Amino acid sequence: MHQNPEKPKNPAFLRGGDDLGRNAGGALDLGWVAQVRVNLSATERRVASLPGRRSVKKDAQAAWLLKALTCIDLTTLSGDDTAGRVRRLCAKAAQPLTPALQEALGMGDRRLTTGAVCVYHRFVATAVEALAGTGIPVAAVSTGFPAGLVPHDVKLREIEASVADGAAEIDIVITREHVLTGNWQALYDEMRDFRAACGAAHVKAILATGELKTLRNVAQASLVCMMAGADFIKTSTGKEAVNATPAVTLTMIRTIRDYLDRTGYRVGYKPAGGIATTKDALIQQFLMKEELGRDWLEPDLFRIGASSLLADIERQLETHVTGAYSAFNRHPIG
Amino acid sequence: MSIAKYFDDMSYGLSPESDAEARSWLARHDHSFGHFIAGAFTQPEQSFQTHEPATGKPLARLAQGTAADVDAAVAAARKAQGPWAKLPGHARARHLYALARMIQRHARLIAVVEAIDNGKPIRETRDIDVPLAARHFTHHAGWAQLQDSSFPDHVPVGVVGQIIPWNFPFLMLAWKLAPALALGNTVVLKPAEYTSLTALLFAELAAAAGLPAGVVNIVTGAGETGALIVDHPGIDKIAFTGSTDVGRQIRQRIAGSGKALTLELGGKSPFIVFDDADLDGAVEGVVDAIWFNQGQVCCAGSRLLLQEGIAEDFIRRLKRRMATLRVGSPLDKGIDMGAIVAPVQVERIRALVAQGVADGADLYQAAVDLPAEGCFYPPTLLSGVQPASVVAQEEIFGPVAVTMTFRTPDEAVQLANHARYGLSASIWSETIGLALQVAARVEAGVVWVNATNLFDAAVGFGGRKDSGFGREGGREGAFEYLKPKATIGRKMRPVAVPPVARAAMVTEFAAPAIDRTAKLFVGGKQVRPDGNYASPVLTPKGAVIAEVGEGSRKDIRNAVAAARKAEGWASATAHNRAQILYYIAENLSARAAEFAARISAMTGQPAAAATAEVEASIARLFSYGAWADKYEGRVHVPPLRGVALAMNEPVGVVGVICPPEAPLLGFISLVAPLIAMGNRVVAVPSALHPLSAMDFYSVLETSDLPDGVLNIVTGDPQQLGETLAAHADVDGIWAFGSAALSEAVERLSAGNMKRSFVDHGQLTDWADASAEGEEWLRRATEVKNIWIPYGV
Repeated sequence: MHQNPEKPKNPAFLRGGDDLGRNAGGALDLGWVAQVRVNLSATERRVASLPGRRSVKKDAQAAWLLKALTCIDLTTLSGDDTAGRVRRLCAKAAQPLTPALQEALGMGDRRLTTGAVCVYHRFVATAVEALAGTGIPVAAVSTGFPAGLVPHDVKLREIEASVADGAAEIDIVITREHVLTGNWQALYDEMRDFRAACGAAHVKAILATGELKTLRNVAQASLVCMMAGADFIKTSTGKEAVNATPAVTLTMIRTIRDYLDRTGYRVGYKPAGGIATTKDALIQQFLMKEELGRDWLEPDLFRIGASSLLADIERQLETHVTGAYSAFNRHPIG
Repeated sequence: MSIAKYFDDMSYGLSPESDAEARSWLARHDHSFGHFIAGAFTQPEQSFQTHEPATGKPLARLAQGTAADVDAAVAAARKAQGPWAKLPGHARARHLYALARMIQRHARLIAVVEAIDNGKPIRETRDIDVPLAARHFTHHAGWAQLQDSSFPDHVPVGVVGQIIPWNFPFLMLAWKLAPALALGNTVVLKPAEYTSLTALLFAELAAAAGLPAGVVNIVTGAGETGALIVDHPGIDKIAFTGSTDVGRQIRQRIAGSGKALTLELGGKSPFIVFDDADLDGAVEGVVDAIWFNQGQVCCAGSRLLLQEGIAEDFIRRLKRRMATLRVGSPLDKGIDMGAIVAPVQVERIRALVAQGVADGADLYQAAVDLPAEGCFYPPTLLSGVQPASVVAQEEIFGPVAVTMTFRTPDEAVQLANHARYGLSASIWSETIGLALQVAARVEAGVVWVNATNLFDAAVGFGGRKDSGFGREGGREGAFEYLKPKATIGRKMRPVAVPPVARAAMVTEFAAPAIDRTAKLFVGGKQVRPDGNYASPVLTPKGAVIAEVGEGSRKDIRNAVAAARKAEGWASATAHNRAQILYYIAENLSARAAEFAARISAMTGQPAAAATAEVEASIARLFSYGAWADKYEGRVHVPPLRGVALAMNEPVGVVGVICPPEAPLLGFISLVAPLIAMGNRVVAVPSALHPLSAMDFYSVLETSDLPDGVLNIVTGDPQQLGETLAAHADVDGIWAFGSAALSEAVERLSAGNMKRSFVDHGQLTDWADASAEGEEWLRRATEVKNIWIPYGV
C-alpha cells in the first residue's frame, strides 16, 4: 500500500536507483515545491488524536519497544566526548539489554543491537574499531554540525574524512538560510554536493526543523533534500530549542510518502532530539506505521536519534518482565 | 502471541479498557431501571430490553414511559420550576458548577457506560463526549451567574420537554440540560430508547451532587413516550434533536399550542476541498467528519465536494487512509470506529449504499477486519455520485461518504447549497480569501475552515432549512431557554367586527377626486392582482374609502419569486441598508399628514392618535436604520488557537402577515427589522386597514429600495398566510393576527422547516419600546458560526 502502481512516475526521477533502490534524487522541481501546503491546526489534530486511536499493551508493547531499540542511533555529541566515553557507548550499542532480560522477554535467540552509533568526526575511527564485527554502522554528524555555517568546501572535506575513517552514514546539516529565504536552488545544490561527497555512505539530511519554524518550510525543505538525493531526512541536531515534535514528524513523513508516490524511492526518516521516553517513541512509531506502513518501523528506514531513550526502554522492559517498576541504576550505563 | 511474534509482525494487539466499574454499576441496579422523577427512581412497570451494540447481548431493562409517568414527571418539574427560577443566579451557578465537577469526577465511569451502551469508541466518549459535557455545565454555570445582568429583559420559559437522540446520548443531554437549568427552567428529558443509561447515571449522580428533586426528570421509552411529552399541556417548550421526519411531526403536533420549539435535525453537510488545500490534512478531516462516531453524526461531512484538478489524487489518498482505519470493540483503545447502534441502522445503511451503487456510484470499502459479531459496518466511500442520486441527497447516518466534483468556487457553493439541509459545512483551502468567501456563502449554521466537527459550549450549534432551527450553546443558545418579559400577560386580540358596507349614493355634481387604484406591489412594480378582483376598504361606519386588490395564491407565488430574485439585498452593505431605511423615513415624514389622515379615515382614530402612529413609524424606521449597521455578530473564544465568528445572517425570504390593528406602525414594526438585516419580505397588510401599506409603496418607489426587497400583497390574511407558510421557497414567516392564523402558520411551516414567529392571537403594544429592538432583530437573523483555527 505504500505505492500506487497506477500513478505515473515523474520522468525526471526515472533513472533508476543506484545501490539497491537507494534514492537517486532527480531534478529540482520548483513547481512541486511551490504546491506544498501544510495546515498546522489540521496536523496538530491528527497527532493529538493518534495516541487515543492506537495503543499497545503488554507483550505487544514490549515488542514495539524492542523494535524502537533496534532503531536507535545511540548518540553522543558533547564537547566533552572522549574516546573512552565513545567506546563505552559502543559497548552499550552492541549489547543494549542484559542477556537475562533479553532471555526473560523470550528474545534470547535474537541479536538485538541499536541501529547505529552516532558521533562527531573525531571519534568515527574509535567507534568503527569498537564496533568491529558487530555489523553496527557508525554515523558521523558533519558539515559543520550543528549550525552548518562553515565554508562549503570545508563541509565536503569533513564528509570525505569521516567516510575515509569508516563512517557508513553521514548526518549532514542544511544551511537554514536557504530555506528561510526560499532559495531552493541553493539548498538543492548544497545537498547534491553532500550526497556526492558521501559516495557509498548513506546521507541523512538534518533540517533543524525548530529553526525552520513553519511546517510548510519543513515540508518544502524535506522535499528539496529528497530531490537532491537524501537517503534519510532527519528533524534536528538536538541542539535547537524545539526538536522532533509529532507534528514535525507527521509533516516530514507525509512528504516522504508524496515523494515515494511520485518517484518510487523509499526515503528513511529520523526524528532526533526530545525523544526521551518510551511514550515519545511509541507515538513516533505509531505515526510511521499509520502514515508510511510496516516497512518504516525497521532500522533501514527508521532511526531515532536519542541518548537517554534506551535507558527508559530498559526500565519498561524490566517492568514488563517482573511486574514491578524498575530503576535506572539496575541497567548498565551507556 | 509472543513478544517475538509481535516483534516480527508489529501488529497492535488488543488494548482493552476495563468495564468492571460500569458492569458493577449495572449490577447494582439489577440491570433494570425505572424513570427518574422527582429525585428518585420509580418502580418500572412496563419495560423493554436494550442490547449492547458491539455484542448483541442484552444489557438492561428500561421502563416504557406511560401517560401517567409523563404526568408525574411534568408535575414534578412544574413544582420545582418556581423555586428553581427564584434561586439567585449565583445559587444556580453553584449547582451547575457542581454538576460539571461531578461529571469530571465520574468521567471514566460515564465514558465506559456510554461506550458499552452506544457502541462508540471509548476514545470518543473519554476524550470528546464527556469532557465536552463537563464544559457545557461549566460554561452554563457562567450564564446562570450572569443571567440578571446579561438577560435583564427575559425570564425562563418554564418547564421544558427535551427529547434527545442515541448518537451522542450523554453529550446531547448536557447540551440540552445545561442551558435549560442555568437559565431557570426545569426539565423532563427523554433519552433515546437505545441509549438511556448515561442519562439515568447522570440523574443518579446529580441527585448525589445536590441537585434539587424535580429539576431534572428522566422518562425513558420509545417514540410514544416522546409523543406524550410533546403533547403534554403542562410543557412550555420542546427541544428536540433527532431526525427531520420526527422534527416535522413535532412542529405540526404542537402548532398553535403556544409551546416554544427548537429543532436540531438531520444534515447532509458538504465537505469542500479546494485545490490549494493541505490534502493530507483534508483527508484526515474526512476521517473526523464521516468516520467519527461511525458516521452517526447529524453534522457529518458526508458530501465530499472535490475540485476537479485534485479529485483523483484526493480519492487515492483517501482510499489509502481508509485501509488503515481499525474497526473493533468500543472498549479497545486502539480503534477508530466502533459499533453501529442497532441492527436496524446497519440494515438502513446497507440499503442506502446498495441504492447508491444501483444509481451508478463506485463503491469502495477498505478491507478492514470487522468483528464477527455485533453491529459493524466498514468505512465506505461512494465516488462519482451524481447529484440526483439518493445517496447524494439523503442522510445515510453511517460511515459512508459520497464524492462529487466541482470546477469553480461558485459551483462549489451551488452544489453545497443544493440540499434540503443546512446544518454544517467544512471548507478546506489555504487561501484565506477563498475560504472565508465560501464560508460566508454556504447555507449552514456552523462552518469549519480547515477543520471539522469542532464543538464548544460557547459557540452556538444548529441549522438552517430542513436541519431545523434554534441554536445550542453560547449567548445565541441561551435565548432559546428564555422568553421576553414583554410577552408575559399579553391580552388576547379581540375579534374585529368588520363594518357593514353602506351603499354609496352620490347626489352632488362635482369633479370627484382622481381615482387612485391601490394595486399590489411586487418586484418594485405596481401590479394588478392575478385574479383581478377588488374588495372595498371601509371606514368604521361602513363608508367605502377605496378598493384594494384581492391577492391570491398566484400573487404570493409571484411576490416570493420577486423576493428570491432580490438576493443582492442580503449582501448589500449594512451602511447601504441603513441609508435606505433613513431615506424611507424621510420620505414618509414628508407625507406624514396624508398618512395620518388615512389612518384616521380607516380606523376612526382621532387625528392626534393617527399622527402619533405615523411619528412612531418614522421613529421605528430610524431605529432600524440605526440598528442596520450595529446589530453585529460576536467573536466567540472556544478553547482552541483561533476564533469562531458568530455572524448574523438574514433568514432569507420572509413572509409577514401584519396585525389587523395599527395599520402603519404594525406593518413597519415587522417589515423594518427584517429589511434592516438583509431579508426580503412578502408582506400582507392589515385586512381591515390595508391602505397605509398600499400608500407606502409610493414612498418606497422614491426611496431607492431595490426591486423585490419588499413586496406587498393585499388579501385575506389567513389564506395568504397559509400559502406563504406552505411555500417551500420561503425561509421564514412572521404572522400576527388570530390564534387560528398562528396555528395554521406553525403547522404549515413544517413543510420546509421555515422559522416561524407568531403571536398566538395575543396583542402586541406596537407603540411600546418592547415592540422594537434586539428581540426582533434576533428573529430576523440566523447565527452562523464560522470556526477559524489559526496557525502556520
